[in-house]
Amino acid sequence: MVIQSTEIIDTFAEAFGMWAARVIITGETPKWAMAAARAMTGFATSVIGCRCEAGIEREIPSDETPDGRPGVSVLLFAGSAKGVGNRLVERIGQCVMTCPTTACYNGLEVEEKVIVGGKLRYFGDGYQASKLLGGQRLWRIPVMEGEFLIDESFGVQPAVGGGNFLVLGENLTVTLEAVEAAVDAMRIPGVILPFPDGVVRSGSKPGSKYKELPASTNDAYCPSLRGSAPKTDLPEEVTCVLEIVIDGLDEKAVGESMRLGIQAAVREGIVQITAGNYGGNLGQFHLHLHELMQG
Amino acid sequence: MKLSLHTQPDVPLEADVIFPDLLLEKTVSEAAALEIFHGNEKTTLGDFFTITDENNDGTVEVEGDLSKVKLLGSGMSFGRLKIIGNVGAHLGAGMSGGEIIVEGDAGDWVGREISGGRIIIKGDAGHMVGSVVRGSSIGIQGGEIIISGSVKNELGNGMRRGLIAVGGDSGDFTGVNMKAGTIVVLGQLGQRPGAGMVRGTIISTHNAELLPTFTYDTTYRPTVLKSIFIYLRKLGFSLDDEYINGNYQRWSGDSIELNKGEIFLYAE
Repeated sequence: MVIQSTEIIDTFAEAFGMWAARVIITGETPKWAMAAARAMTGFATSVIGCRCEAGIEREIPSDETPDGRPGVSVLLFAGSAKGVGNRLVERIGQCVMTCPTTACYNGLEVEEKVIVGGKLRYFGDGYQASKLLGGQRLWRIPVMEGEFLIDESFGVQPAVGGGNFLVLGENLTVTLEAVEAAVDAMRIPGVILPFPDGVVRSGSKPGSKYKELPASTNDAYCPSLRGSAPKTDLPEEVTCVLEIVIDGLDEKAVGESMRLGIQAAVREGIVQITAGNYGGNLGQFHLHLHELMQG
Repeated sequence: MKLSLHTQPDVPLEADVIFPDLLLEKTVSEAAALEIFHGNEKTTLGDFFTITDENNDGTVEVEGDLSKVKLLGSGMSFGRLKIIGNVGAHLGAGMSGGEIIVEGDAGDWVGREISGGRIIIKGDAGHMVGSVVRGSSIGIQGGEIIISGSVKNELGNGMRRGLIAVGGDSGDFTGVNMKAGTIVVLGQLGQRPGAGMVRGTIISTHNAELLPTFTYDTTYRPTVLKSIFIYLRKLGFSLDDEYINGNYQRWSGDSIELNKGEIFLYAE
């Protein structure tokens, strides 16, 4: 399949089952809500090294938040519901509770829940208090600037992590332009792009010559290893490869985000768009590029 | 099912059979035969109400001047009870679920000792709204009571959980002996609000004279008040933006008890 002058390889992205939570962070101003969201989603690019993947889903206008203040929605993914709960306690405790003026609410109305505010409340040293509103318990933890308000529990649901595609370009400039355009198009409700501004250059393959490493550089896509790696998957004119990884609340959202991204990335100078997989034996979700682009 | 009062009772009518759990399982004739007390006299629902089979949507509608009809909706656990007119004492007493809407005023003891559900009064209500009965120590343990107008004394006496919101004024001893829960009063609080409160929150959008056993903490914009106000607004409770976004004085008390209660008074 060729779109504009870019070849879309007939392959699939292999994605994995994960668990996800949505956190609504509000603040006195958009600046402080965003500051907390940025802190909470820092060092959360890959479960391989960060134990979770997280990103900013969208900014939320004040008339849509539970306390009428400007907000930011964050999605956090981990390998299990318990893992999501543990990461939420760590990250909300260290990055949101610490941030001036913020409050933190559950953004997923689902049956399965993990306790978060109900654990962080102990920071209140006995001065914490709770409020029950509409069946949901909120904890008020006194802090030096006022009080930190947080839902006792957060909904968690099965999700999809590791949707991806690779953009193979003739040079760095055009490849960066392509992935930046793709990232702008891909930010839809229900997905995040966990890497720096959505883009990763250090794509990995499973395993390594060093036994202790679970993953190592994807040598088949490193232009500088064309002559020394056992094989290359790069056409001759390609000098740069960048990848976009997508985590979403469901397969449909991940697929739609990928479709929008590929559509935005194709252009003169982008030779191929392909996807990362492990032969189909590891991940339970196979997102075929041709099927996505054919709608 | 719809019930229209056709005979005005001379003395209070104890209509504790008028609640959806019971009536929605009855035919019109079975409902009319249900026993109630007119004072100390045993009578039937049909002796006072015309009953028709309308509103097959889980709603029981009652209309007329019901100011002498007591215990409407008491013990209900689901469904909807709509009352067109004024209603007597003990409305929704002990209810655990469902919703009661009153298009009029209500008497004393609205929602006494409820554990769930929601009561909405479009007019005023009497004394002891959302309260404990005399001789007990723990009042309502959940649920929501939303009153557009004013209420009289001892609002939320002994309440342990739940949310009570009053659009107008409240009488004396608002939140007396509260264990926890939230009371919002948009008008003036009467004398001695929060007397003997252990925990819990009383919020007023006016200044008030507090007991000397309450201590001023600070003036700030507590996020939790915004959440409470916005939640109430979603329930149809009318509230100005200035109260949502304003500053509030926080007072701690009652120090003759645990001193973990709080009263918020609108500051600007």
